[in-house]
Amino acid sequence: MKAWLLLSVVVGATVVSDLLQSFEMKRQGEVHTASSFLASVFQKKLLILSIFCMAISFFSFMALVQIADLSFAVPASAASVVLETILASVILKERVDRRRWMGVACVACGVYLLAL
Amino acid sequence: MNPDLRWKTRAFAAYVIVSNSLGNLFLALGMRSSAEVSSPLSFVAAIFNPWVMLGIALLISWMLSRMAMFSWADLTYVLPVTAFGYVVSAMLGWAFLAETVTPVRWAGTLLIVAGTVLVGLGDPHAENTSR
Repeated sequence: MKAWLLLSVVVGATVVSDLLQSFEMKRQGEVHTASSFLASVFQKKLLILSIFCMAISFFSFMALVQIADLSFAVPASAASVVLETILASVILKERVDRRRWMGVACVACGVYLLAL
Repeated sequence: MNPDLRWKTRAFAAYVIVSNSLGNLFLALGMRSSAEVSSPLSFVAAIFNPWVMLGIALLISWMLSRMAMFSWADLTYVLPVTAFGYVVSAMLGWAFLAETVTPVRWAGTLLIVAGTVLVGLGDPHAENTSR
């Protein structure tokens, strides 16, 4: 039960973090050098918020791998891919073609089997 | 997509997979040799375990490289491609942590690989419909 609770926190915080990162990084444009990228990281509020969400996800994940199998914890956290694809399509207005949807569906089925 | 950007994307995708899977393995190794985390202080104590530190260093480099990828590739491309790292982590858990992986879990792992390949065959940059 504790493992599932921790997994839910990991997935939820990851989804929010990835959406914020993608939104903010797209707004910035393509990254060409590591130095210019690192210099700009702390000027972006949404990126900082995404890092905060990532920290929540990470500490929950640390606790999760302590009590659950790595072969369960890591693949099960891929459940975030499914939620994120739906939200990327709805919120970020990314065009998701049929092949990507099929791929994501396979990932979702795979995660389901891993969770059994 | 131009050839340079395509190679850059592939190189980043490969690094993202390796750093994520090894980072997770070292983190699990370290956390299992640490006392159970129940308070913020116990998290701090666990972070100073050498395996945990190595895992965190790899996972930070994973995060930065993946964040950079987000600047030119779609979220819906980056996520399933990097999901392959989850599969490698499961294999490392089986190989190095002596975890029991049932046939159903292996089937799930293969499905994730299939999904990852399906997505990876496409162009990582699709036009945003809002632009």
